[in-house]
Amino acid sequence: MTDKKPLGVFAHRDLLGIEGLSVSDITHLLDAADAYVEHNRQVDKKTSALRGRTQINLFFESSTRTQSSFELAGKRLGADVMNMSVAASAVNKGETLLDTAATLNAMNPDLLVVRHGDSGAVALLAQKVSCAVLNAGDGAHEHPTQALLDALTIRRRLGKLEGLRVAICGDISHSRVARSNLLLLNRMGATVHLIGPQTLLPAGAEQLGARAFTNMREGLAGCDIVMMLRIQNERMEGALIPSVREYYHLYGLDREKLSFAKPGALVMHPGPMNRGVEIDSAVADDPEISLIRDQVEMGVAVRMAVLEALAANLPNAGGSRT
Amino acid sequence: MTGLTRAFTNARLIDPSQKLDEIGTLLIVDNQVAAIGKSVDVPADCEIIDCQGKAILPGLIDMQVFTGEPGEEHRETLATASQAAAAGGVTAMVTMPNTNPVIDDAALVDFITRRARDTAIVRVHPMAALTKGCLGAHMTEFGLLREAGAVAFTDGDRAVMNALTMRRALSYAANFDALIVQHAMDQDLQSAGVMHEGELATRLGLAGIPAAAETTIIDRDLRLVELTGGRYHISQISSAESVETIRAAKKRGVSVSCGVSATHLMLNQNDVENYRSFAKLSPPLRDEEDRLALILGVADGTIDVVVSGHNPQDAEAKRQPFAQAAYGTVGVETLLAGLLTLHHANELDLATLLACVTQRPAELLGLKGGSLAVGDAADFAIVDLGEPWIVDASSLRSKSQNAAIDRRKVQGRVYATYVNGEAVFTLS
Repeated sequence: MTDKKPLGVFAHRDLLGIEGLSVSDITHLLDAADAYVEHNRQVDKKTSALRGRTQINLFFESSTRTQSSFELAGKRLGADVMNMSVAASAVNKGETLLDTAATLNAMNPDLLVVRHGDSGAVALLAQKVSCAVLNAGDGAHEHPTQALLDALTIRRRLGKLEGLRVAICGDISHSRVARSNLLLLNRMGATVHLIGPQTLLPAGAEQLGARAFTNMREGLAGCDIVMMLRIQNERMEGALIPSVREYYHLYGLDREKLSFAKPGALVMHPGPMNRGVEIDSAVADDPEISLIRDQVEMGVAVRMAVLEALAANLPNAGGSRT
Repeated sequence: MTGLTRAFTNARLIDPSQKLDEIGTLLIVDNQVAAIGKSVDVPADCEIIDCQGKAILPGLIDMQVFTGEPGEEHRETLATASQAAAAGGVTAMVTMPNTNPVIDDAALVDFITRRARDTAIVRVHPMAALTKGCLGAHMTEFGLLREAGAVAFTDGDRAVMNALTMRRALSYAANFDALIVQHAMDQDLQSAGVMHEGELATRLGLAGIPAAAETTIIDRDLRLVELTGGRYHISQISSAESVETIRAAKKRGVSVSCGVSATHLMLNQNDVENYRSFAKLSPPLRDEEDRLALILGVADGTIDVVVSGHNPQDAEAKRQPFAQAAYGTVGVETLLAGLLTLHHANELDLATLLACVTQRPAELLGLKGGSLAVGDAADFAIVDLGEPWIVDASSLRSKSQNAAIDRRKVQGRVYATYVNGEAVFTLS
């Protein structure tokens, strides 16, 4: 694309991460998404905002939830949505990535939603294509739409983000959700506590603007929100933590541990949950305290808002293809 | 010999091995240094080259150069690496054995030597593998390999992880006074790590390599050196902790030496920002405090040599997500300019820097060269020490263009390089 069109209210051609977004960018996306929440509860959910646009969901890592959320978001906005799952072979992963990018680019998509197992892979791909790129998760780096939907969930329930204290608990080291949430919540004036065993806390977490805790009681003190992260199977069995039962004993969120947080604290989880590993069903399924289902609903609304914001910045937006 | 006599006049003659730094004349007779200094009698019939105040330095000895020959000639051949070397004032390259096949047999050392003689325009001194196949298990035939021309023993970019293998290798090498060269990186501690462990790695979502991955190997090996009496060298160190460890070991008289790459003296981990895979190195670029500690280590002699760590990688190997990308940077052509840039930035003294790429590597490897004393082979470079230029990876002579210092401003331009009295490079 040669002629660069001036950017709109949301002044970014791609959404590669929360890093680089300003308070007004984030507020703009959350406000737009908020409107879509009501819209999505109507019978007629279809709009024509992306009519004629082609959206490709390119997933190098398998995902059902995120991929279907993006698919639904695109379809409700009237785009043609295509899903591509590329089984990442052990060898030549990167070659597949750039080759696939070149191939897809030749099909003239407008929006490319990408998930990849390597940190930075989506940014690398974005350099090689001429459409708008949305990061749907890259390695342990960022998952910006997850952080946005979490923020929208919190904002709708508590009316604000600023001044809140949010605990993120679990495998912080390997979590892109934790990173994006930390960046967003910091930017919006919330305080973040990272909680987990030392083996799952990343180096330099405190320099990134969070307080790190290995003790759940201390970490949860005064928290308005408790975000639990999924613990991957391969991290257990002696590699980084000795066993599931020890992990659950120390960090599994049940009603007792939740009582360490602020009275009335709410619980979130990006899914899919390991019940009985990082979270107890009694907590996860209690509609009084669990926001987990709200998160899924907000996911579609947030992705609609992001898709629309990026489409508005496409070079040929509002006119014919040049 | 022809008896050809040439005088390089009006030159700033710098040779750390003779503590020489003065304006004068270098006289070459029969490919050797016949006289050097401010009061040299120039014979009447000799060819005179006026250096117009440029510096003459002993040709550099780069103690760590990876090529792709044999096996991966698309990355680099001995010929192309030697052209890059010549353009950078490097007159001797010490090549690494982790090629395909691995240089772990006398016949393969012989192959490298012959290929170098036939195709390379600078001197090539091969290191041979320390263990067969560089697999870390069984030591190679140090005696036969040395006779074939191997100058030291290393597993290249892999650490010898087994302490018993290392003990035996150091012990056996002591028979020959052979130098054992370690890539100090504990593979278990490195695990999936691809860059310096810390805040930046966390922000980028990349697995980190702790400084301890380097120091645990060095600490272990130093104990083994004390046990065996072997000669031990670490190819590159990267952290402040390693500098401190080696400084202390040298103080108590342990036979240890070490190197650092010019890139590690110039850059720090911030160059990895935006997943820049050209700055993905092993050992990794670390904090600015580490870089400053490395500079101090060079200044006080804790660090013996500066290398390029020249490691050519093709575009496909580097144009990958960071974790998948290959390690390494090209550097033999910019080694001298990098060091001179550090000198001009007042970070290091000129004689100290030059000793690290001339006199010291020659001493460690038992090579002739690295100096311009009377009788030495006429290996030297004519250099404008201050001329600024901008590194452009695409115009470097290496077959690969993965330069970590691409687009950086450097100072110091090589105008000509001579090996054995013959010009192998002239700036056009």
